[in-house]
Amino acid sequence: MAWLLTLPWGQLLINGIALGSLYALTAFGIVLIYKTTDVLTFAQGETAMFSAFIAYTLLTNLGLPFVPAFVLTLVFAMGLGALVERVLIRRAAQGAHLNAIIVTIGLALVLVGGAGAVWGYELKPFPDPITGPPLRLGNLVLTQLGALILAITILLMLLLFAFFRYSLTGIAMRAVAQNRVAAQLMGIPVDRINALGWGVGTALGAVTGVLIAPTNSLFPGMMGDVAIKAFAGAVLGGITSLPGAVLGGIILGVIDSVAGFQAPELRTTIAFSILVLVLVVRPAGLLGRKEIKKV
Amino acid sequence: MIKGVAAVLVLLLPWLLGLFPGAPVSYILYLVCLALIYAIVALGLNLLIGFAGQVSLGHAGFLAIGAYASALLTQRLGWPFILALPTAGLVTGAVGFLLGLPALRLSGPYLALVTLGFGLAIPQLALWRGDLTGGAGGLRELPPAALLGLELRSEQTFYYLALAVISLLTLLAYNLVNSHTGRAFVAIRDSEIAAQAMGVDLVRYKTMVFAVSAFYAGIAGSLYAHLIRFISPESFTVFLSVEFLTMIVVGGLGSVPGSIVGALFLTALPELFSRLPLLKDFKNLFIVVFGAILILTMLYFPRGLAGAWSGRRWRFPTRVVKQPSEAT
Repeated sequence: MAWLLTLPWGQLLINGIALGSLYALTAFGIVLIYKTTDVLTFAQGETAMFSAFIAYTLLTNLGLPFVPAFVLTLVFAMGLGALVERVLIRRAAQGAHLNAIIVTIGLALVLVGGAGAVWGYELKPFPDPITGPPLRLGNLVLTQLGALILAITILLMLLLFAFFRYSLTGIAMRAVAQNRVAAQLMGIPVDRINALGWGVGTALGAVTGVLIAPTNSLFPGMMGDVAIKAFAGAVLGGITSLPGAVLGGIILGVIDSVAGFQAPELRTTIAFSILVLVLVVRPAGLLGRKEIKKV
Repeated sequence: MIKGVAAVLVLLLPWLLGLFPGAPVSYILYLVCLALIYAIVALGLNLLIGFAGQVSLGHAGFLAIGAYASALLTQRLGWPFILALPTAGLVTGAVGFLLGLPALRLSGPYLALVTLGFGLAIPQLALWRGDLTGGAGGLRELPPAALLGLELRSEQTFYYLALAVISLLTLLAYNLVNSHTGRAFVAIRDSEIAAQAMGVDLVRYKTMVFAVSAFYAGIAGSLYAHLIRFISPESFTVFLSVEFLTMIVVGGLGSVPGSIVGALFLTALPELFSRLPLLKDFKNLFIVVFGAILILTMLYFPRGLAGAWSGRRWRFPTRVVKQPSEAT
């Protein structure tokens, strides 16, 4: 176990948290969608990938600066999420639990194939939103992109926290997540809240997509690995807990960064072994509540 | 009568194909063999998902284990194929049993994720243990399937082998679902709590269905390794697992013949897309079509082709009424 001490822990932690905050955003979207509509989405990575391609088109073909392109992409992602909920999920969610999962897998395939047909399958360089010398603190290094990712994540988390805590819509969303029928009886438009949940969840994924594209390049399969890690993060934190998603995502990022340093070819395997261990010991995840089924 | 004619046609297929001048007989038979192999996986997967209601998004991982086990046994240890085939099935079944253990405590989304992770991890492990598995280059020049000293090198002979294996496994599947074990699976699918209350041993049946499902995939993996005679981690991607899922969804969840029909249909589909004159122009959209089929089947024919065929009940027969999420 001596090798554990020789690792550059500080640097690995910083890298892991920067990467993990991207997982956290996507995981947050997955949990939000799961909590509002009771549907586990497997298309989160692919909607994010598609949004990143939209951002790419806005940036390079239309020559927009980064900020307006980013905002327009988020608007697009929200629309896409709400549309998916309205057209596909609302119908599929009436059947068995598996039906909706399968529909989201189908959606993921459609988006991958669609992006491949429109933009091609080869890797595309994504313009850097920010360039400049990396920030240094002692012998620790953080790229400007990493700093931007951290700043955006923290900002979004604060915004979401305020939204769920203080706004009427946010409280309505929490109410729907807690008890759909009671929420409906209280006059909350549950359908609209569901669409909003999908919209916001998809937009959060899109943030990840746009911010990870400069390092990972742009191609239809770019989000596969990211989405799976985010997914694992969401489950690790507890699929019913929003703070859990953030925590789980960041933990996954750190694990990924340490495992990537030690045994790069086993990154996914290590992440999943830890996940299975946690689930066996604590099936509801770190911060999740155990679901009690009433008969 | 119809069944008899169909059986004769199936048996005479290699000869019938020869009647069409210029038809690429061995290529078509190769595809049919591949489709039959996938159909074996689909049969096992349908037992797991369609009958017992346990999701798996990692069946390509089981296929890989069966393929590598059989390849290593025959190539490195010189086992005859006829012994390697059932051994590959049993080894994979044992792994399925092990994967079933954490599955006991997990349901729905958690199980989907764990099986997905399993499907991702297996090719990575194969890459990692390159000394054993040949790494990214894979294992080449695997010995062909052989029975009683007779090498089944041609597609024609392999076709009969695959046909025999799938017939046996179909028979097994029918017997299983019509036995009290099969009814226990269905009871678990419809309500674990009710099943438990009726005295169904969850531990026993859940691990059993995982083991049986993996056994099917392991047998298929062995056949795969000796048909293509080359395997690499690339052959067993998560996309393949999704394809297996699509096969049983399109064929019909909870239907034994549906699994086979779905596998045949979805193996033929990419070929049609790359060859038929009109569809050829839309080759790029193949994955889109694949996804669209999955979505449309789920939304409009939740019981798949099998449900459309029987035409009586078009809805997937589990609880349609969703329980409101409970306040905690």
